[in-house]
Amino acid sequence: MTLLRHTDAEVRERSALTINPAKTCQPIGAMYAALGLHRCLPHSHGSQGCCSYHRSQLTRHYKEPVFAATSSFTEGSSVFGGQANLLQAINTIFTVYDPDIIAVHTTCLSETIGDDVKQIVSKAIADGKVPDGKTVFHASTPSYQGSHVVGFASMVKAMVDTFAVPSETRGRSVNLIPGWVEPADMRELKRLAEVLGVPITLFPDTSGVLDAPMHGPATMFPSGGTTRDQLRGTGAALGSLGLGPSASAPATVALEQLCKVPGQVLELPLGLRATDRFIQAMQHLTGCRIPDAITEERGRLVDLMCDMQQYFYNRSVALWGDPDQLVSLTEFCLDLGLKPRYVITGTPGKTWEKRMQAAIAGRHEVRYQQGACADMFLLHQWIKQKPVDLLIGGTHGKYIARDEDIPLVRHGFPIIDRIGHQYFPTVGYRGAIRLAEQILNALMDRQDRLSPEESFELVM
Amino acid sequence: MPQPDAAQVKEDLLKAYPAKVARKRAKHMQINDTDQVPEIQANVRTVPGIITQRGCTYAGCKGVILGPTRDVLSITHGPIGCGYYSWLTRRNQTRPTSDTDDNFMTYCLSTDMQEEQIVFGGENNLRQAVREAFDVFHPKAIAIHATCPVGLIGDDIHKVAEQLSEELGINIFAFSCEGYRGVSQSAGHHIANNKIFQAVVSHEAPTQDVPVPQGPFKINLLGEYNIGGDAFVIEELFERMGVTLVSTFCGNSTYDSLAQARHAELNLVMCHRSINYQADMLETAYGIPWIKVNFIGAEQTAKALRKIAAFFNDQDLTRRTEEVIAQEMKAVEMARDDIASRCRGKKAMLFVGGSRAHHYQYLFEEIGMEVVAAGYEFAHRDDYEGRRVLPDIKIDADSRSIEDLHVDPAPDRRDPAEDSQAVDARLRAIDGQGLNDYEGMMPMMRSGTLSIDDVSHHETELLIERYHPDVICCGIKEKYAIQKHGVPSRQLHSYDYGGPYAAFKGAINFWKDLDMMVNAPVWSLVTPPWQRSSAPTLEAIMAIGGL
Ligand code: SF4
Repeated sequence: MTLLRHTDAEVRERSALTINPAKTCQPIGAMYAALGLHRCLPHSHGSQGCCSYHRSQLTRHYKEPVFAATSSFTEGSSVFGGQANLLQAINTIFTVYDPDIIAVHTTCLSETIGDDVKQIVSKAIADGKVPDGKTVFHASTPSYQGSHVVGFASMVKAMVDTFAVPSETRGRSVNLIPGWVEPADMRELKRLAEVLGVPITLFPDTSGVLDAPMHGPATMFPSGGTTRDQLRGTGAALGSLGLGPSASAPATVALEQLCKVPGQVLELPLGLRATDRFIQAMQHLTGCRIPDAITEERGRLVDLMCDMQQYFYNRSVALWGDPDQLVSLTEFCLDLGLKPRYVITGTPGKTWEKRMQAAIAGRHEVRYQQGACADMFLLHQWIKQKPVDLLIGGTHGKYIARDEDIPLVRHGFPIIDRIGHQYFPTVGYRGAIRLAEQILNALMDRQDRLSPEESFELVM
Repeated sequence: MPQPDAAQVKEDLLKAYPAKVARKRAKHMQINDTDQVPEIQANVRTVPGIITQRGCTYAGCKGVILGPTRDVLSITHGPIGCGYYSWLTRRNQTRPTSDTDDNFMTYCLSTDMQEEQIVFGGENNLRQAVREAFDVFHPKAIAIHATCPVGLIGDDIHKVAEQLSEELGINIFAFSCEGYRGVSQSAGHHIANNKIFQAVVSHEAPTQDVPVPQGPFKINLLGEYNIGGDAFVIEELFERMGVTLVSTFCGNSTYDSLAQARHAELNLVMCHRSINYQADMLETAYGIPWIKVNFIGAEQTAKALRKIAAFFNDQDLTRRTEEVIAQEMKAVEMARDDIASRCRGKKAMLFVGGSRAHHYQYLFEEIGMEVVAAGYEFAHRDDYEGRRVLPDIKIDADSRSIEDLHVDPAPDRRDPAEDSQAVDARLRAIDGQGLNDYEGMMPMMRSGTLSIDDVSHHETELLIERYHPDVICCGIKEKYAIQKHGVPSRQLHSYDYGGPYAAFKGAINFWKDLDMMVNAPVWSLVTPPWQRSSAPTLEAIMAIGGL
């Protein structure tokens, strides 16, 4: 019996129907980004269901409390607009939950109605609904454009628009915009900067929020998250590094335009060469010396790649997920000796194809597609036409993995059927070591399971 | 530890709110009194800004009611999110009977609405999407679900459904379940019930070849969604008793089974909130009476089975029913007594759903645990106070647009075979509830405990502080927030990926899980030893290990 029994190899032209999407809607990205601010409560301006869905999905991935409020639209608000709802929400939230920041994002409903959130927030301030010293800001995140990645990027850009203070002088600190990565990745980026001796402001920063410890009394707002003061200081930074163009370019560009902070956008430091570029970019920007500790970390990764390469050579891979992750993963797979065969993302974007080409660098023929109808149904059909040895992507791929008996390495968002991923970084050299280990284990576990008795090996 | 004073707790719960909000919330909290069940406010809008458990109409319609039927192809018309989030997240299990049976539950279909359609309308795109879906899946029936923007941009999804029904020659129907309708999932249940009744249950010829089900004692099971395999264990009991299950709304169901529902002689209502509409319509149209049953809890399951037997009043059936109960109760009693010895006297709270906060109280009761506070996420007053309050419930502006479908008796409406008063009396003798009756949650709760409707995060936190409960049952969004306080929490929508929790086997599963949770070693390890009131001596530390 197969779980995806209606999927066959024959690809029929589709222009209007998405089947098993490789993306979701903007607001969830905005919510995740906003959780990376200290004492911030994300607020969903729309129907209750959006907020409930986003909180549920983030919770399933992180196994952590995910707080967010909603404007709880009813039929009346959808006719007359959501101003009254948002005003009341702001008042209720500050009275009951006392965050420092409310980060409002819109939904397809409030966008379709055309609510002017900026004006409503101004009215809330004028009406005295925003206590002194508190902030309400917003990002527009219509779910009928882009994807969850775009929503994330827009919220991060709104942080710059709201908080960054332009400055005549440049400080020593670097703005590091991590993109949509795990709390553990953010922690790892901070560690790398520390080893390099570079002071940074990382934003958003969900470490300490979505991997908060359990130690007795709980608080609604844990200790993590970028503070408003830190954000204000981003306008006086030496420069900005945006990691992952899809998630981090808008904020990087905004800092340049608003505060003249010179910015560079890199691919996510997933894998060896992307991490190399990140380290070098830090060096170019700050003139820091690259300490031996970093060179040794890198060396350990290269050593491991060398040990593993015989198992990876020419094994084919299918990948799906978010554009920033996919570019760097494709490059890393090729560096490991793997052959990415298919790559799919539902997120649209103009530059992705070019970036993929740069990552592939003519080394192998890769079939990739993005945007409308680039979904996991299509990916599965391709696999049916010509199978692969390995799958890399989020949990939804487990149905393909089971039907086709292909090992799956879970990576990206969402991972909702395993626990612990949020504690292990995949960025940087250390992250790459973990990734390579996961890939090898997946391949070898399958070999162990299927090899005939006579060739079942003790030593591999 | 002495129980806090509920009146004081209520007062404190309200303190944090702005005055107007506090006045509203006060009506949603009542101190239970078995002598006189107080009136509670329910099914009204949540105050914006409150961190609520509630979801939306779409979730209630597509997610809850339509989700578990494996061979109706659901297409979500709207931007991508809603379809994506309702993709396989509710744990509805299904068991196709063969390799070639349709099963669409692993698929998520969406029109992925883009800005252009928001501006110029999405009907053409929807039409195209339905055709493309038909080409790939060749389903018997297609359900179209509207998300938030659809109503606003004026797409007539019902017209599209009608046209394509004709064009493709299959049953296609649409649900206006935009997220802003009503005040919670509940509106979506109602909308789904109406349309399923119109388009499937009472449809003249749903398909040419829906056979009349064969077998004695025909029943439908309404409001059981087969989360974690619940319906499977119930189905197995029916089989052993020798009653014929015609259809389940909607766990492990198929389109044809729903279309056969009218042939049943009795409807069992499990989740009253989500499905009472269907029960009432089946009663009016086809003369099928319904009884409230509860398969959560071993004693409750036994009662439910006895009620079925009492309804049909057949000697052999009664004997077989008692045999099944006796067989099952052996294992139940062993597990119950063992686990009760570790759990008796502990305190629980339940804030969940539209029937679970009631049903699960029996599981706690059977092992001697005490429920100190409970409430629903999206239920109505009748689910709290019982159906006797139905005539007094005022429908407010937020719910008025949800149609109360007018149903006429069908030409072949069945007359009750037997004097219904006698049947009613037999049923009442078992659990106090007669035909077409539901008593609600509050009458079973001990005086001095709290009923809280649509509980908020703030209230949950304060309740933890005041009551120090040993376990709280809730949903995914609340679970980890509660556990950060050191209180174990069980999800009663998804069973934390365990289950089944229904019937006799389910009761044992639940108790085991409960035992595992409340007595888990981890809760005593939260505080580091160096922060405990009496830090261990070096001697104590060295007692483990050393030379
Ligand atoms: S698609 Fe629109 S209605 Fe659905 S969850 Fe996303 S924002 Fe909400």
